[in-house]
Amino acid sequence: MTETVTLEVTRYRPEQEAEPTTQTYEVPFRKDWVVLDALNYVKDRLDGTLSYRWSCRMGVCGSCGMMVNGEPKLTCAAFLTDSLPGPIRVEPLQFFPIIRDLVVDLTDFLKKLKRVKPWLVREKEKPLAEGEYRQTPEELDLYQQFSMCINCMLCYAACPVYGLEPSFIGPAAIALAQRYNLDSRDQAAPERMEILAEHGGIWECTFVGECTKVCPKNVDPAGAIQQYKLASATDWFKSLLLPRGAR
Amino acid sequence: MSGPVRYTLHHPKWYRRPVSVWWWLESWRYAKFVLRELTSLAVAWFALLALWKVRAIATGPEAYAAFLTRLQSPFWVGVNAVALVFVLYHTVTWLNLAPKAMVVRVGGERVPDRVIQGMNYLLWAAVSAAALWVLERG
Repeated sequence: MTETVTLEVTRYRPEQEAEPTTQTYEVPFRKDWVVLDALNYVKDRLDGTLSYRWSCRMGVCGSCGMMVNGEPKLTCAAFLTDSLPGPIRVEPLQFFPIIRDLVVDLTDFLKKLKRVKPWLVREKEKPLAEGEYRQTPEELDLYQQFSMCINCMLCYAACPVYGLEPSFIGPAAIALAQRYNLDSRDQAAPERMEILAEHGGIWECTFVGECTKVCPKNVDPAGAIQQYKLASATDWFKSLLLPRGAR
Repeated sequence: MSGPVRYTLHHPKWYRRPVSVWWWLESWRYAKFVLRELTSLAVAWFALLALWKVRAIATGPEAYAAFLTRLQSPFWVGVNAVALVFVLYHTVTWLNLAPKAMVVRVGGERVPDRVIQGMNYLLWAAVSAAALWVLERG
């Protein structure tokens, strides 16, 4: 007898149905399989019409994020053994519009990411002849944790603030803003602060803290946001108390 | 499948799942968060109580005595006991989260979370002891 496990997978075929439905598949249980392996088994052997995103199978590309039993997870890192005896519920990342089956629309996230300028900004580039911008290991250490983000959006799917207030710029974008703010080669921290201190920025965050718990790369977006709030509040107090020259 | 498929180019027919008003009951983690937010009502309650006390003291000895007698009724003792539990929960979770916002570096190394939490608890204990000393003396 081969052991099997049941998958309850969200299906949404906009040309056929107005709302998502659930389809059940029986897949073989293997202890070295992750949810993504089970989905690939469905796609290859049972139902070729199932749509979902994946690429690297090793927690680097950030494409295979889905809700597994109600929790945002990279399906390439969610072992079947952790969800026994099943059934295992596989749904698209919550709070995002569903395009088809398990595929969600990323447009909103990508727009927000671009707004925080996640790249090195210099007031004036120095000439090439002067060489590269050098950095010490200590300077690297300041931001390295935040640079591990793979844009998998699990933090957005874990954030009820994003669900309730879609204008919230969101955990990953703020963590990445902080990643560049803390980089000794970057000079755009004041510009980013302007964007993030506005409506939809850091002050929307009520510190639920779930973004940090679901992050597969230990980026700690919740930490980044609270540190940002502290910096923003400190700036405000300084502008209130200090004369213009000393700020 | 009935009829031809109609798509508008570059405009997928999204489905947006509505977020229920009861979203915070759907998982224990969210419920815990909302519970923590609600404990701030207990904090506000103690602040109000302190204001009432000040008003009673300002009004005179009889008003203050009436205020104290009222607080000794089982109902108010119960309310304040529950509020105290909430305030303690609020304080402990608050102090535990402090290292998330406070990044302190000494000699290039980040001070471990435990140390930041420890310092916060020590400060809390010191301030409480000072307040108690002032109250007991009076």
